[in-house]
Amino acid sequence: MDSLDRVVKPKTKRAKGFLEKREPKLSENIKNAMLIKGGNANSAVTQVLRRVYALKKPYGVLYKKKNITSPFEDQTSLEFFSKKSDCSLFMFGSHNKKRPNNLVIGRMYDYHVIDMIELGIEKFVSLKDIKNSKCPEGTKPILIFSGNDFDVTEDYRRLKCLLIDFFRGPTVSNIRLAGLEYVLHFTALNGKIYFRSYKLLLKKSGCRTPQIELEEMGPSLDLVLRRTHLASDDLYKSSMKMPKALKPKKKKNISHDTFGTTYGRIHMQKQDLSKLQTRKMKGLKKQPVERITEDQERKSKRIKKKLMELGKKLVSL
Amino acid sequence: MEGQSVEELLAKAERDEADKLQRITVHKELELEFDLGNLLASDRNPPTGLRRGEPIPEAELRALARDNTQLLINQLWQLPTERVEEALVGGQFARLKGIRPKKKTNLVWDEVSGQWRRRWGYQRARDDTKEWLIEVPGSADPLEDQFAKRIQAKKERVAKNELNRLRNLARAHKTRLPSSAGMHPTGHQSKQELGRALQVARVSTASVGRFQERLPKEKAPRGSGKKRKFQPLFGDFAAEKKSQLEMLRLMNSKKPQLDVTRAANKQMREEDQEEAAKRRKMSQKGKRKGGRQGPGGRRKGGPPPSQGGKRKGGFGGKMNSGSPGWGGKRKGGQHQGGKKRK
Repeated sequence: MDSLDRVVKPKTKRAKGFLEKREPKLSENIKNAMLIKGGNANSAVTQVLRRVYALKKPYGVLYKKKNITSPFEDQTSLEFFSKKSDCSLFMFGSHNKKRPNNLVIGRMYDYHVIDMIELGIEKFVSLKDIKNSKCPEGTKPILIFSGNDFDVTEDYRRLKCLLIDFFRGPTVSNIRLAGLEYVLHFTALNGKIYFRSYKLLLKKSGCRTPQIELEEMGPSLDLVLRRTHLASDDLYKSSMKMPKALKPKKKKNISHDTFGTTYGRIHMQKQDLSKLQTRKMKGLKKQPVERITEDQERKSKRIKKKLMELGKKLVSL
Repeated sequence: MEGQSVEELLAKAERDEADKLQRITVHKELELEFDLGNLLASDRNPPTGLRRGEPIPEAELRALARDNTQLLINQLWQLPTERVEEALVGGQFARLKGIRPKKKTNLVWDEVSGQWRRRWGYQRARDDTKEWLIEVPGSADPLEDQFAKRIQAKKERVAKNELNRLRNLARAHKTRLPSSAGMHPTGHQSKQELGRALQVARVSTASVGRFQERLPKEKAPRGSGKKRKFQPLFGDFAAEKKSQLEMLRLMNSKKPQLDVTRAANKQMREEDQEEAAKRRKMSQKGKRKGGRQGPGGRRKGGPPPSQGGKRKGGFGGKMNSGSPGWGGKRKGGQHQGGKKRK
């Protein structure tokens, strides 16, 4: 622990890159998950851990050796592991008589545990029982939460948040529509949480959007909520704080109304309205015929005038 | 009557639309909450069919999952889409799959020869052309020579690799390979193409066409022979004196030795040819890449820098007896040529 707290100055480029990866950034890296086996982890729990590791493949670490710790009593070893492997999510599996098939999911903030929820696996159907199907690696899963129990209690709400955080995968701006491969379905019912994973098949429908068919794949777990260790509200709030630089910049002079119309505001200097150039009305333009007749009229007027003058002169003479 | 049929048509169209959308529509009492960035859908509806009894049928759960996924997919498909070419670069695929680079040794133990042999190269461990026993596969012709087949396949591979290497070299140095573009006999080749093919065929011998006899009515090819002729060092003194005096006379005369019109026309023709070639290349590239954005430089490209050099070269070539004294006149000619073009 002491060695990890010491400030290390990198001497090679590789070391420098390593440290840069771990330091705090404006937009953080994708969260890594560590999967740890407890003191008496039995085969069911180990299989679950291995399966979850396969789901989280490039962003996960599976510790193969058993670690005799208990997350709810002592969190220091977990924090040590997270510092060492730069993981902010963890899943700890163990088994004893009091809590059979125990699974603790949790997350860290600044290498300290904030949320920890203990789940008991009641029924476990593994991959081999269902079908020999290949597990998709590194793809972003679709997450479905069913049942209104997920909003009833604070525990369930945090659990939903934690599960999303754990399973959601990398944050992307675009997705490949054909690359959506599997669905993780969580149903909260009768105090139990049913976790199923399905493979996604896109079938032709009459229109552009495909029809969905699901094929059972992967483990199905029936989970029961046991103990929880949730962070206090203010710690939670401080962990959710977004740096100022990332906040979306508000554009001035733009407003929206309820119908979705966007209004903009223009600030003008004072204008002299008498000197405005208005539109040229083509219809009011003089036609060449008109111009000719006008000219002729003017000419004839002039001639008439001259004649009159001459006439006057003659008369006077 | 007509009004009725129009109404019928509209109703039918509506029914068709509904049928089409039927496969993807799902009816829910409460709308789901979607978080498309996380590919997340939350269903607040209490699952009705599943409340009773302890054992929950898997089929019900699956149907529920299917319905919710369908709604999410409907939402996703409404987002704006674009077609993108996919390519994983920089070792992304390996990292995604968790593949680690494996180290291979240079020498491999060869059972047959009882010694350490190279993995590839001269006297390699497993050379399939050197095998003394080859089983005839079931689907092959029994009278075929399998040994010769393997040797032939190897020769083809070597030739293909050599061709690719030369092509890469040509591409790297931006020269063109002598292509066999017009050489394959179709029924419809022009006189020029046939003449070109004939020339190439004549020169494609080991002695580069030196000992090829001409056909009865074939004319001698023009432009063959030495490209440059030099006068012998000690030769005709009178001829040498004459040529030197001629040169001095030319230098002293005021008239330009350059035929301006001819030079300008030649320049214009050269430029037109270059532009046509460039346009052809651009359209070819555009077709090949499927209209993708080519390198921006090409698109915006003005005359390539080499053209200026060519221009100078062209003029320099014309003036065999040129000397720096003509520099000013040369430039004058160029301007005139430009005006003539407009």
